[in-house]
Amino acid sequence: MATALKRVRGLGSARSGTETFWRQRVTAVANIPLVIFLILAIVTHIGADYGMMRAFIARPLVALAFLALIISAAIHMRIGLKEIIEDYVHGGAKVIVILLATFFAAGVGLASIVAILKISFGS
Amino acid sequence: MGDAKLAANRPLSPHLSIYRPMLTMLMSIAHRITGFGNAVGFLLLAWWLVAIAAGPEKYAVVSSFFGSIVGRTVLFLFSWGLIHHMLGGIRHLIWDTGHGLDKTSVEIFALATIIGSTVLTILVWLVGYWLKGAF
Repeated sequence: MATALKRVRGLGSARSGTETFWRQRVTAVANIPLVIFLILAIVTHIGADYGMMRAFIARPLVALAFLALIISAAIHMRIGLKEIIEDYVHGGAKVIVILLATFFAAGVGLASIVAILKISFGS
Repeated sequence: MGDAKLAANRPLSPHLSIYRPMLTMLMSIAHRITGFGNAVGFLLLAWWLVAIAAGPEKYAVVSSFFGSIVGRTVLFLFSWGLIHHMLGGIRHLIWDTGHGLDKTSVEIFALATIIGSTVLTILVWLVGYWLKGAF
């Protein structure tokens, strides 16, 4: 018989306890200032030419904020997409669609990170 | 118990189509839709960043898209979705502390999210056009 304590120690059926719940909250809190930064960064650069835009993103603090946003948002997005998929897709298809969502989050996240690193350090 | 046929025929609790649409319910759906929309927006952000890294020619292509009517409409919806999901998320974070779960607060939060996100989005765009020198 599994007592409540035993279930808690075993961290539930998924063996990860409230990890996903908590991670979604941590990234949500992080996303608030980072999204405000993104909106301000874009609004203040409307009409900026290529050189100005690139120089802005290459600034260390700006690059840092962009990287933080991308990592936090990608994790938040992966959890959210999985949540949606689990409600509407069932059986074997669910596994495939969640895999695709994971690859999508990793793909757009990594592409963005490589772009920012290239803007910062590359030519 | 455990019989597959019985499991398949078991009664289900009423679903979305049974209930009269309510503001709080629509807000829950809106939070999900805007969350999904933001995923599409993330793709646009990645495209924009990759284009900046790739050079002026690639950036010109992205710029002309975002400058077009279609591009601006997509960006407007993305900014609205982003702000709406952020305000809706703050509402959820408040609920996580155990506060604001009474009927009145929930209705106020719903209205605050709709009105707040719409006003803020329009404000952001007005400031953007103003900085650009449109007026």
